[in-house]
Amino acid sequence: MQLKLTVATAARVLKQLEHDKRTLGLLFVVPCVLLGLLAWIYGDSATFDFIGAPLLGIFPFLMMFIITSVTTLRERSSGTLERLLAMPIGRLDILGGYALAFGLIAIVQSAIVSTIAVYGLGLDIAGPQWFLMLIALVYALLGTALGLCASALARTEFQAVQFMPAFVLPQALLCGLLMPIEQLPGILEAIAHVLPLTYAVDAMQLVTKESNPSAQAYGDVLIVLAFAVAAVFLGAVTLKRRTK
Amino acid sequence: MHNSAIVASHLTVTRETVRALQDVNFSIEPGKITGLIGPSGSGKTTLIRSIIGAQELTSGSLEILGLPAGSSELRKQIGYVTQSPAVYMDLTVLENLRYFAAIINAPTDTIARVLKEVDLQPQVNQVVQQLSGGQLARVSLAVALLGDAQLLVLDEPTVGLDPLLRRELWKLFADLAGQGRTLLISSHVMDEAELCTDLLLLRDGKVLSHGPKQALLSKTHTKSVEEAFLALVQGGSHAA
Repeated sequence: MQLKLTVATAARVLKQLEHDKRTLGLLFVVPCVLLGLLAWIYGDSATFDFIGAPLLGIFPFLMMFIITSVTTLRERSSGTLERLLAMPIGRLDILGGYALAFGLIAIVQSAIVSTIAVYGLGLDIAGPQWFLMLIALVYALLGTALGLCASALARTEFQAVQFMPAFVLPQALLCGLLMPIEQLPGILEAIAHVLPLTYAVDAMQLVTKESNPSAQAYGDVLIVLAFAVAAVFLGAVTLKRRTK
Repeated sequence: MHNSAIVASHLTVTRETVRALQDVNFSIEPGKITGLIGPSGSGKTTLIRSIIGAQELTSGSLEILGLPAGSSELRKQIGYVTQSPAVYMDLTVLENLRYFAAIINAPTDTIARVLKEVDLQPQVNQVVQQLSGGQLARVSLAVALLGDAQLLVLDEPTVGLDPLLRRELWKLFADLAGQGRTLLISSHVMDEAELCTDLLLLRDGKVLSHGPKQALLSKTHTKSVEEAFLALVQGGSHAA
């Protein structure tokens, strides 16, 4: 792995997004609008605090999942990936470049969305905003990493989009947002404990309650990061230089 | 310098259950422009993918510049142009070249040189998507020319280009070969084959003929590569 090539790849991915102003706009505007809608629905009730904070992470998670799986799939189908693999660049440089570029986008996105949520929409969080942003970033990285994995399984862009509900919705149902995971049937609770989104949601809910992030909150962040790193490595394995 | 740029011996590749290449033997000398000619389905693409290291070999061996195909050291030495232009459609010509130049660690003046070689200076800041088919093919070619690859593998590089530019590019290919580089140019267009010094004819995954173009023409008593190809195929079926 060479840092220079990772950075060059990230710069290239960002350049591609820069040419696509509409996508860039959607990335930053849509989560704000959705959160505003949610604040409007729930008014000033505590429910907004309970649901709003995790959603602050789930929006970047979803969007990063979709754009990563579609862009990497496009790279596979256009032949640029085959070309890259025939050149002196490591597979982890390519994936790392994607993760770096989308991570940067996620930082900007979470800064905008969390600022609007806390100062504009009255989201009450006990913890510091930087920790909220950190968790949102980790969510986004997880989305990127899982998106990379999903793109390896998809043959067409159409399938890639279908993978979103397949990969994401089961996690969203079991992550503790609809029902606390302790109240789930035993088997589902056990499954929820091995899904990364559960820990991400737990971390977000802790931020709303704890003025100083506890060891559990940091632990959650580390677990989600570990999942993301594992998914990137899994993605690297699927990028085969030689095929049968 | 290696004695041979590409050596295939008893090369067999099975894809799925289809024998894409069957017991293929040939040896290509450096500094030659070899046309890889054959109808679609003849195994051209499989052979090219094997040479660039993207294809697992079933049996036999394939050596490129003295190393087994797929060696990581070869990735700096092989320039590869796919048939469909493998460049980023949503980037400008310059942004594409900068990214690929960074990967192969090319000196900064390389980009200007390559742009001149493929005659794309006026389009340098255009987004690739807006270019014509011929211009697109040249961007893809430019990427392969960035490095000082000893072996250039080009899949139908000049199809659909204007004749003047095509002549320019063939002059460039001849220059590159003159520097001792090896060019393998695949085509199903026979008039491109006329411009190669050597020809490797493939059919049904087997080598039909390999050698200098002149030798092929005199052996088959024909005047063009197309006639020679037909003569070989019909001769083969008579013999069978």
